[in-house]
Amino acid sequence: MFIIKCPYCGERDHSEFSYGGEAHINRPKKPTELTDDQWAEYLFMRKNIKGIHYERWNHSHGCRRWFNMARDTSKDKIHSVYKIGEKPPV
Amino acid sequence: MSNNFRLESGEGINQTEKISFKFNGKTLLGYKGDSLASALLANGIHLIGRSFKYHRPRGILSSGSEEPNALVQIIKDKDKAKTDPNVRATQIEICEGLEAQSQNCWPNVKFDIGEINSIFSSILSAGFYYKTFMWPSKLWGKYEYFIRKSAGLGKSPTEKDPDKYDHKYYHCDVLIVGGGPAGITAALIAAKSGKKILLVDEKPEFGENLLSSSKENIKINDLSPTEWIKDKCKELSNFKNIKILNRTTVSAYHNYNYLIMMQNLTDHLSENEKKEKIRQRLWKVRAKKVILATGSIERPLVFDGNDRPGIMLSSAVKKYLNFYGVKCGNKIVIFTNNDSAYETAIELHNKNSKVQAIVDIREESSGDLPKKCNELGLKIYWKHTIVSSSGHAKVKNVSVMKLSKDNSVVIGKKINIKCDSVAMSGGWTPAVHLFTQSGGKLDFNNQNFCFYPKKTKQSQISIGSCNGTFKLADIINESNQKTSEFINQNVENKNKISEPKEGDLENIWLLPSNKALGKTKSFIDFQNDVTAKDIKLALREGYKSIEHVKRYTTTGMATDQGKIANMHALGIVAETTNTKMGDLGTTTFRPPYTPLTFGAIVGRNVNQFFDIIRRTPIHSWHKKNNAKFEDVGQWKRAWYYPVDNESMFDAVQRESKAARTKAGILDASTLGKIDIQGSDASEFLNRVYTNAWNKLAIAKCRYGLMLNDDGMVYDDGVTTRLNENHYIMTTTTGGAATVMSKLEDFLQTEWPELKVYLTSVTDHFATVSVCGPHSKKILEKVTENIDYSDQNFPHMSFKEGSINKIKCRVMRISFTGELSYEINIQANYGQSVWEKCMDAGKEYGITPYGTEAMHLLRAEKGFIITGQETDGTITPIDLQMDWIVSKKKYDFIGKRSLYRSDTAREDRKHYVGLLTKDPNEILEEGAQIVAEVKNRPPMDMIGHITSSYYSPNLNKSIALAVVKNGKKLKGKKLFVPMANKTIEVTVSDPVFLDKEGTRLNA
Repeated sequence: MFIIKCPYCGERDHSEFSYGGEAHINRPKKPTELTDDQWAEYLFMRKNIKGIHYERWNHSHGCRRWFNMARDTSKDKIHSVYKIGEKPPV
Repeated sequence: MSNNFRLESGEGINQTEKISFKFNGKTLLGYKGDSLASALLANGIHLIGRSFKYHRPRGILSSGSEEPNALVQIIKDKDKAKTDPNVRATQIEICEGLEAQSQNCWPNVKFDIGEINSIFSSILSAGFYYKTFMWPSKLWGKYEYFIRKSAGLGKSPTEKDPDKYDHKYYHCDVLIVGGGPAGITAALIAAKSGKKILLVDEKPEFGENLLSSSKENIKINDLSPTEWIKDKCKELSNFKNIKILNRTTVSAYHNYNYLIMMQNLTDHLSENEKKEKIRQRLWKVRAKKVILATGSIERPLVFDGNDRPGIMLSSAVKKYLNFYGVKCGNKIVIFTNNDSAYETAIELHNKNSKVQAIVDIREESSGDLPKKCNELGLKIYWKHTIVSSSGHAKVKNVSVMKLSKDNSVVIGKKINIKCDSVAMSGGWTPAVHLFTQSGGKLDFNNQNFCFYPKKTKQSQISIGSCNGTFKLADIINESNQKTSEFINQNVENKNKISEPKEGDLENIWLLPSNKALGKTKSFIDFQNDVTAKDIKLALREGYKSIEHVKRYTTTGMATDQGKIANMHALGIVAETTNTKMGDLGTTTFRPPYTPLTFGAIVGRNVNQFFDIIRRTPIHSWHKKNNAKFEDVGQWKRAWYYPVDNESMFDAVQRESKAARTKAGILDASTLGKIDIQGSDASEFLNRVYTNAWNKLAIAKCRYGLMLNDDGMVYDDGVTTRLNENHYIMTTTTGGAATVMSKLEDFLQTEWPELKVYLTSVTDHFATVSVCGPHSKKILEKVTENIDYSDQNFPHMSFKEGSINKIKCRVMRISFTGELSYEINIQANYGQSVWEKCMDAGKEYGITPYGTEAMHLLRAEKGFIITGQETDGTITPIDLQMDWIVSKKKYDFIGKRSLYRSDTAREDRKHYVGLLTKDPNEILEEGAQIVAEVKNRPPMDMIGHITSSYYSPNLNKSIALAVVKNGKKLKGKKLFVPMANKTIEVTVSDPVFLDKEGTRLNA
């Protein structure tokens, strides 16, 4: 159970948030120009990292804003949180 | 034999307050402050229950939460609902009305049929169940019955729990777990810092081992240990920034210093004192810093017959003696590998229990206490071990032999010593359970033979004996120093402690015997009946990892979680496999530390508070009019309205017929409603729906299908353009929240450039849907300022009007295929508008219909319900809804996936209608469809029924289904094999009624 520092609300309990999968997977701007394989890469393929993992979180029982988190999966520790559109910190 | 083993005084009991309680039907007396265990021992009762597997007689081993044997069934006030199985007799405090019973025995604890297992113990070895009940697999059902019958100890209550439970969230700066000398010292330092402190202990009183320590041997600042503790507790109570909880056990230690604790509030009270108070409270604590002072647990010694009633831990014997004022026996043998048991010997001797002998596996000890025992004339057998014990319901005799030089065998003559109790000590195991749960790593100490905390992951320290520090002076010094550093509060340690010098401990994990190992019963895990030979057997059979040995033998499983059982198992594995203890590691100590009740876990979330219930503004009308309700998500929706004891089938048939021939009225308030505004609203809808939206005229409605990016249908609904930049979207009832979240997700993360604002307004509007040939006339009577002519108000359009000057929105949209209007009005007017419609429709035979009739009516028209016809594997093309998928739009969510090789396949499952050969035969929803019937399964299943009804308007059975290659099967015969028959069906168009849509303008 984390304490997560929502970039908009500050520190809140884990139970206020929902996980939204891997971050920085931008939806292709021109899907029709992609091959099946390229589209499948976007749609299905996700990383399974030991170490710093960039992931999406939603303050679903709070401000309902989405943000990103860098989390160390090997230590299950939050490295940092940052807003959508911001560059990953590490 | 005298049954009174009570001394004149005990620190922890109040002899002026007598309490009567029952054990196995017999009324007994104890005193206020007694645990059930101490009260039973005071009455000379050692035999408490029977062991799990062999049904061996078992007594009390310990005095705390580590107790593996003395588990009892608790009954309060003869109330069947208030019974608790598997309660440790050492943890329950006696009170008036308390009744306890032995477990796992029949007909009674003294004569137990199950003891026959003990005779067959040679075949009931480790892995017995795995080896025996493997095959034939057909007999598994029979095996399971017997295994389940013999498994488990106590009996669960069969009635509803009448007690109240509570949850509490708590935040503090420092949480201190454990109120022994280390915890109390730390608490005093922490309290002086002015920070918010929480101190908890699982016992009713603070002080732990100090409470039963010798008054003469140990002095702290010239005070006895008990006086010192009382003094310190008094000092603590003067601080306002500290909260002190007793009877509170930390069950689990999670990441980010999140701890779960259970506080017992009333289990120690009689029903009279308890009244309506909360029984237990579950605390969810977030602490900035945690100080673990959880102490240590004394280890038994592993010898043949070490489980007989009367054989107890030496510290427990001392606690019963000094704290509860109870003698565990009159003729006691001390068996030890360290000095701490000598204090027990001296205390027993001083209180007139005869110490028959002290058996010590060591060659000698340089400590003060053995010297003192010598002076007192107590017989000490150095370098000796107990090789066996005898006695059935209680130990009567132990046999002692000399150990060889290398401790591998016993030598010389067997010495028999008569006794009625044995106090044993195999050293001390730091209680590192919470530390390891928190992610900490352990190291092995070769001097004290124990694992101790090495590296913590969290903002936390371990102090005292849970950190492997055992001498009192060292404990207090360490607490002082580490706590001061940890919380930046420098306090000098002014305590002057005098305590006896101790000799070194010597350790033998499995003591040698004069018998072959196979003939011995040297218990390692008393609770799970695991002996040393089981561990050896597991190793012989090839299990090497300690986790595998644990699972195969069950050692340290269940509630023990490494309290009593683990160390010896680890030691024997390490010795046998020639591995270092530190390299072997430990098994995982899982939460909870001690069992939690289900009541505490659930708290107040029972009955109507179990989940949120949402009711529409018209709910009370439905209830008054005899509606049966169905749960749709959290909503209670009117399902059907039976009249005069009608069956559900009859009611639905009547309602469905009325909706097509006269007028029907439906409460559609539960449909999700999302208000969409902003200059990019049209573009947004273009992207989220499969069809085009920018050309939709103001005041027009359009049906939309929403896909996931994998191309599968996700939700559907009608969206109305209220204005240039203002839409109102409807979603399915169950999908409302997830659609809203999904749309917000896309707006925030993928398309932040779009100026669109979403607001959930589901609860703000009540929706009354009126359909049927008379619906227009009814609406004309109810609403003001609306011209209902087809020219002015055609199908799929919207008008604003009012009802009694209250603004409302009316949409002419239809889910039934009939002429149909939906009135949306501010939620609190919902019921009065509904009633107005009922009044206005009376002359036309208006009939309220529920969700079941709604489903039937839309099935006649072949309209899908997402989640019923679709299941996350169905595309719009599969649904034969190609017309709604825009070819012109550059992109929308899911578009690219519609021509992936798999989704473009011709032979996917398609949405079709089915007609049964016998028009009266109603298919079962979910039934499988085959093209070819074989004599018996398996058959190739090509699809399944998604919806099925008897249509009162078509007078025949109709069904919807998804069938492989269904588009090409129209008119073909297929089969639905059921348990007792096979039903023949013909594939048809999914639209059964009014394909041309003429009824929409009827």
